[in-house]
Formats: sequence, C-alpha cells, structure tokens
Amino acid sequence: MQENENCKNIKASRRDFFKQSSLLAAIALTPSAVINAAQQEWDEKVASAIEEVSVQLDVNGIKHSLSIEPRVTLLDLLREQLHLTGTKKGCDHGQCGACTVHVNGNRINSCMTLAVMQEGKKITTIEGLAKGDKLHPMQEAFIKHDGFQCGYCTPGQIMSAVACIREGHADTEAEIREYMSGNICRCGAYPNIVDAIMEVKKGGKKV
Amino acid sequence: MRQFTYLRPSTSKAAIDALSKDPNAQFIAGGTNLIDLMKKGVMAPEKLVDINNLPLKEIKKQTGNLHIGALALNSDVSENKLVTQYHPLLSLALKAGASAQLRNMATVGGNMLQRTRCFYFYEPSLPCNKREPGSGCGALEGVNRMHAIFGWSDKCIAVHPSDMAIAMVALDASVLVYGPKGNRRIPFQDFHRLPGDTPEKDNSLEKGELVMGVEIPDGPFTKNVHYLKVRDRASYAFALVSVAAALNISGKTIKDARLAMGGVAHKPWRLLDAEKALIGKPATEETFKQAADIAMRGAKGFKYNSFKIPMGKNAILDALKTAAAKV
Repeated sequence: MQENENCKNIKASRRDFFKQSSLLAAIALTPSAVINAAQQEWDEKVASAIEEVSVQLDVNGIKHSLSIEPRVTLLDLLREQLHLTGTKKGCDHGQCGACTVHVNGNRINSCMTLAVMQEGKKITTIEGLAKGDKLHPMQEAFIKHDGFQCGYCTPGQIMSAVACIREGHADTEAEIREYMSGNICRCGAYPNIVDAIMEVKKGGKKV
Repeated sequence: MRQFTYLRPSTSKAAIDALSKDPNAQFIAGGTNLIDLMKKGVMAPEKLVDINNLPLKEIKKQTGNLHIGALALNSDVSENKLVTQYHPLLSLALKAGASAQLRNMATVGGNMLQRTRCFYFYEPSLPCNKREPGSGCGALEGVNRMHAIFGWSDKCIAVHPSDMAIAMVALDASVLVYGPKGNRRIPFQDFHRLPGDTPEKDNSLEKGELVMGVEIPDGPFTKNVHYLKVRDRASYAFALVSVAAALNISGKTIKDARLAMGGVAHKPWRLLDAEKALIGKPATEETFKQAADIAMRGAKGFKYNSFKIPMGKNAILDALKTAAAKV
C-alpha cells in the first residue's frame, strides 16, 4: 500500500513537470502581457489572457462542458484536462496510432484533431471500453494472447482492433494486418495481436 | 503550436468571406496534414476556418457523372457502393493511402490539398523554396530518395503525396471550386501545378477559393483496373512509385486505357503517350512493355532516386498485367 502511494506521487510529479515545461515552451510564443501574467501566476492567468472557446463533449458517456484554447488537440484534452491518461501520446504526428480513440464510433488519431472540432461528438477512450470490472472481450483476448510487451501502444491497438472488427475488416490475418497498419508496436507483438483479434472475430461476440 | 483564432461558419459564403479577409487564414477539414504542419512550425495560420459544418459530404450519381462532396471522408468514399460500382480505381487508390484512422478523418478536398512530405519542406531549419521562397532547394543535392523524376525544376524536386489524386487524374475528374468570384470548374489535370519558379504554389486555387467537390465522368473502367503502390513497407507508407491503370478490353483488344503515376512528380502524372500506345492493341505483355517504355521516356533522377526509373517501368507493367487479368 505504502509502495503504491509512493508510485502515485512519482507519477503525479512527473506529469506536473511536463505541464510546467510545456507552459515554459508556450511562454516563448506568447505576447509580453501574457508572459507577465504567466510569470506571476502560472497557468490560470495565461489561460485567461488567451482567447478560449467553449466545447461540449461526451466522453465515455459523461458530458463535459469545457473552455479550452482552440489549439488543444483532442489527445491533450483527454490526457491533460480530463486526466484520461489511458490514451497515449506516442509520436504526436499521426504516425503511430497510440492515441487512437473512437469518435461517434469511428477510430481516429486523437493527436491530429483539435478538441474544438469535435464539438457535440461522442468520444470513447480505452477507459470507456470495459463495463465496470468486466473487461471488453478484446482486452481479455490481448491478455490471453500476450498481445503486448511494454504496453504503451496497447490502448491504441485495442481501440483500433475493436473498430477493425466493427468495420468488417477482420476476416483474414492479411486483412487484419492491413487494417491495423496504423498502429505501430515497437516491441513487435504483431503476431499475438493478430491472434487476439482473430479469436474475438471468430468468437462472434458483439464488440 | 502557434496561437490562432477559430471560426466555424455554417455556409460556404461565410467560409470564403472569412478566408478572403485574412491573408493568413486557412480552411481546416480533417486536419490530418494541417495540424501536423502547424505542430512542426511549417505552417502558422493566424485564423482557422473550420468547414466541417458545411453540407459537402454527399456522394451522389448524377446524369453523366459521379459527384463526391469535398468533405466526404476517404474511408466513406473508398467503401461507397456507387464508387466501387462506377469507379473502382478510386476506391483502390484511397485504400492504399494512409491508415484506417487517418482515412476516417481525411476528406476528399483535404486529400488533394495536402502538402508534400519532402523532408526539407517539413523541417523549418532546412532550406526549401516551397516553404520559404528563395531559401534554396535542400533536396536537389541532398537526400532525394523520395523525390521527383518528372516535371521538376531546379527550384523544387518535391512530389505530391496523394494516392487518391492519381486515380482522379486517370479518371478525368473535375474539381468544383467556389470563391469570391463565383463558381468554377478545374480539370483535375490542371488542378495541381509543376513547380517551375514558384514551387510555393501547389495548385491553381486562388485566395479564398474553396473546393466544394469533384465530379468524375461515367466511363468504361469498371472492371480491369488496378492501383499498384510500391513502398518501403507493405502498408501505411508514402509511395516510392505508384501506378493507376485502367483498361477497357473488348475481346482481346484494348478499346480504351488510362495510366497515371504517383510519387514521381509535383503533380499527379498522367501518361497520355503511353495510353495512346495501348489503345487499339492486343492486351498482351508485349503491348504493356512498350507502353511502360514510352511512359518512362524523359524521366530523370537524382543521386538517390534514379532507382525509380526501372521501378516505375516494372510497376507499370505489373499494374497493367494485374488490371488485364481481372475478371
């Protein structure tokens, strides 16, 4: 228990560090009035000095009414403001698929869209896939087939895999490999990922 | 990413007004290229005009052509029954592009307007006449493996990265444009430009003009078609070379033919002379070889990309054989 507590603290402080360093980066690009505000009171005043827009999103069944800068990507909104850190930031350039989420049921790269562009949409992240304590069949299949090593790409792989079956693109191993090509796994767990998807597809359960 | 203001108009008129008034404004649709470029600092619009609320998603059959709205998603177009029935080549080309996630975001209008993936264009610390006119072309004597073998100039040897556009040019599509001066129609062949002395201009759109959709005329290319994309990995990579091949074969004779290449020029590269060499001839390997030879005439490579010339020839031969074999 003590260990878990410590672990949590380390995680929190690492995230705060990143928040502060990205704030410093933002300051380099902002007008001097904003910089002054920022130097005195950190994020609160930067936020108020920069024009924000309101956005309503449904994330995993919960409605959020938010005020955000237009340049915030959906990925950054999910991770930094809603604290849904299951969705991962890999390349941040639409090349790795770690940030894959569903928008109105379709898989997209959340790093390549602005949150404000998703106004009124229904977003599903990896956190929204399980039903309470009951894992989604695809999550169970990834565990059973050892469809990961380090696990960093796994939320994106699973979100993409679920969509792959829903789209009807999981009939053969070759088809799965083609339609999962937007999700890179540097550990090379591909054969096991394909096995997991094939099993869920053949099992015929609704995903 | 630099700050910008954000607008989401609900009419095309409001959208072009918003853009015309501001020299540093950009339309945004799928965002899969523009947001990437903004993160890299290659583009820094001060205003983004989000056009996703405009009614431009429709795919419909009209007399004599198929209309595809500019906001139709690449995934929706590639799976659409009218598209697979009337223009299967377009469906194949779209499926060869990007990943399933990106195809769910990218639109038809955005696909044709995407910028080159030339490394020098994409890296603001390196010279590039397209990004910063007058700064020089880093690729000319640099790492030019992905670059052009046709139509380049000493100012720019970048290639257009789209797969969809290769099918569009082969199928004689037209781009429907709306702007401050009204509506106009641009043949797809004339939509993208060669670099010449002004590589900063990718296409013939004028300031404030908005792509509303495309129209593809009905044609006989519903069966013997193939899109071959040669790349460094089996999926999800830009083309080294790609070939769109469409044949109308009657008996053993080629009645009509279309041929275009991607990954080889600043614009989708239509191969009209090679098409002429196919029409009226028997659909044999010999005919295809002759067409491939003609197609690659005038190709000129650089230090690292001359392999594209034999590769292009082989890809044309392969694509034509595969197209002809379809039943």
